[in-house]
Amino acid sequence: MNYTPIIGLEVHVQLLTKTKIFCGCPNKFNPEHPNTQTCPVCLGMPGSLPVMNEEAFRLSLITALALNCEIAPFTKWDRKQYYYPDLPKGYQISQYDLPFSHSGWLEATTAEGDLRKVRIRRAHLEEDAGKNIHDESGRGGDSQVDLNRAGTPLLEIVTEPDIRSAVESKSFLEELYLLLTFIGVSDCNMQEGSLRCDANVNLKFDDGIATPIVEVKNLNTFRGVEAAVDFEIQRQLDEFQKTGRKLGDPGVEKETRGWDAQRNITLAQRGKEEAADYRYFPDPDLLPVTVSAHVVAEIKSHLCEPPSQRKRRFQKEMALSEYDADVIVNRGREFADYFELVASTCDDAKQAANWVTQDVLREMNDRRLNVEEFPIGAEVLGTVLKRVSEKTITIKSAREVFVALLEDADEDREVTVSRVDHLIDDRGLKVVSDTGALDAAIAAAVAESPKAVEDFNAGKQQAVGAIIGKVMKQVRGADPKQVREQIIAHLSGN
Amino acid sequence: MELTRENVAKIARLSRLSLSDEELDRFTEQLGEILDYVQLLNEVDTSGVEPMAHAGDLTNVFREDEPHPSLPRDQAFANAPKSDGKYFLVPPILETGE
Ligand SMILES: [Zn+2]
Repeated sequence: MNYTPIIGLEVHVQLLTKTKIFCGCPNKFNPEHPNTQTCPVCLGMPGSLPVMNEEAFRLSLITALALNCEIAPFTKWDRKQYYYPDLPKGYQISQYDLPFSHSGWLEATTAEGDLRKVRIRRAHLEEDAGKNIHDESGRGGDSQVDLNRAGTPLLEIVTEPDIRSAVESKSFLEELYLLLTFIGVSDCNMQEGSLRCDANVNLKFDDGIATPIVEVKNLNTFRGVEAAVDFEIQRQLDEFQKTGRKLGDPGVEKETRGWDAQRNITLAQRGKEEAADYRYFPDPDLLPVTVSAHVVAEIKSHLCEPPSQRKRRFQKEMALSEYDADVIVNRGREFADYFELVASTCDDAKQAANWVTQDVLREMNDRRLNVEEFPIGAEVLGTVLKRVSEKTITIKSAREVFVALLEDADEDREVTVSRVDHLIDDRGLKVVSDTGALDAAIAAAVAESPKAVEDFNAGKQQAVGAIIGKVMKQVRGADPKQVREQIIAHLSGN
Repeated sequence: MELTRENVAKIARLSRLSLSDEELDRFTEQLGEILDYVQLLNEVDTSGVEPMAHAGDLTNVFREDEPHPSLPRDQAFANAPKSDGKYFLVPPILETGE
C-alpha cells in the first residue's frame, strides 16, 4: 500500500549571548573546565532569583522574525517539572501556552527538488540543562554532571508535520542552519551541541490509517537526520506489516527512540512523560514580557536579506548559475558579502563568481582561513578583475597578480588596491595594444630562431611555440593567441 | 475533586520520592485537606476575568548581557552530596535522554 511519511522537527538552538539566560555566568562551551561557570542561580540554590537576559530575548525576536513568525504581544515563562541530574532546580524554565512567537515558515527542498514552505508552529525561549557524562566502563560507576551548560539560552523551534521525506528533513535543517548563521544569532556548532534536532515521524497510508508517532532524539548532524528518518520510515513500515499496530489503537502511545549514529539504528527509550506530567505552571520568579508593534517593526527593518532570497537574487540579477549561487551563499554571509563586493568592484559578476568559487576558495582551504582572514580583500581582487574586464591585462596575467598578491601577504607587505597596478606595471603585464612594439618583438624573435622558421616552413605548425615564448618574454602583457596569429602571418609572408 | 492514593503515588514517582504505605496514607489525607481548603476559591465567580500570568504588575524586567564572576568550583560543590573535585557525582543514570 502507498504511504506518505509525516515528519515534524523540533530544533534546539543555543543563542550567541555573552552570558546565560538568567544569570551573569559566561555562556561558553567549556568542557575542559567543568563546573567553573556556575552561580547560585544556575545551580538552583534556594533563594536565588532569575532575571531575563535582554540580549537573549532580542536574539529570539530576530530569529522568530527571520522565520516569518508572528510575535506575541504578551509572553511569559513556565516551569516544566521533571527530575534529572542535569536539571538542578527540578524544573526547566520554558514557555508553555504563551510562547513569544508562532506561525512562521521556512522553505526546504523536497525529494523531487521543489521548494516547500514548511510551517513553523512556534519558537520559544527556554534554558538549556547541564551535561551528564555516564560511566562507559560497564562497572556501573557514578555519572558525572557538568553544569556549565545549565542556563544557556536555548531557542526551541517546532515545525508543523509538513516534511515528507528524509532528504527534505535534512534540507530543512540545512536551511535553518544557514539562516541562523546568516542572522548571527547562533554559531550552530553541531559538534558542541549548539544546534540539536529531534524528529517526529510516522507513516500515513492511503486509506487514512497511520503508524504510531515516534520521536527520534539525538540527531546532531545533517547526515544523521537524513539517515535516522530513513531508518525510521523503513522500521515503521516493517513493524506495521508485522504487528498492524496503528495510531489510535488502545494502549498505543507516542514512543521515544534514540538515534545510534555508530550502528545507524534507532533504539527504544523510556516512555516519555506525558505533557500533563510536566505539571507546567507560570514561573512566579520571572515577569511577563510585552512586545510592541513598534519593536517588531524596528527589528524587522534591520533583518538582513535571508540566504534563500540572496541565492535567488544572485541568479536573477547577477546571472549566476544555481550552482555558483549555492556555493557562494552556503559558505556564509561574510563570503557572500565578499563576493558581492568583488562583483560590484569589477562589474562582472560571472568573472567574480568564477574567481571566488575557485581561486579564493582553494586558497582559503589550503591556508585554513575564513574569508575575513583572507589576505586579498574584496576590493583588491575586484580591482584585479576590473583590469581584466577593461582589457588592461589578460586572465593569465590576473592569475599572476593574484599569486603575487598572496606572496606579498606572506611576506607581510600590505595588499592594497594600488599594489595591483604597481604589480601590473612592474611585471610588464599590461596588454600591448601598441602593435609597433609587438611587430618589432616578433621580427626580432623570428630572426633569432632560424631553426624554428625552417621547421615551420617544412610544415611543422608547433614550431611556432618557441617563437611565441620568445615574444612573450619580451612583451609580457601580449595576448598569446594574438601573438601566435601574428607570427604565423609574418612567417607566411603576409 | 477527591485526591486519591494513586494521585499521590504518581506525584511521588514523578518527584522521584519513594513513600512507604503509611506515608502514602498520611500524605493523601494531608494533601487532600489542603486541596479541599483551596477549593474555597471555586466559590469566586471568575467569569470574564483574564487568567493572571503574574501577581506583580511589572513587565519587561531585563538584565544586561554582562558577565559576572562565577563561583569557584569548591563553593559550587559545597552543598553537593558527592563530587570528584571536577564534577558533581550522582548515582549511575541508566536511561538516556536530554
Ligand atoms: Zn549562573
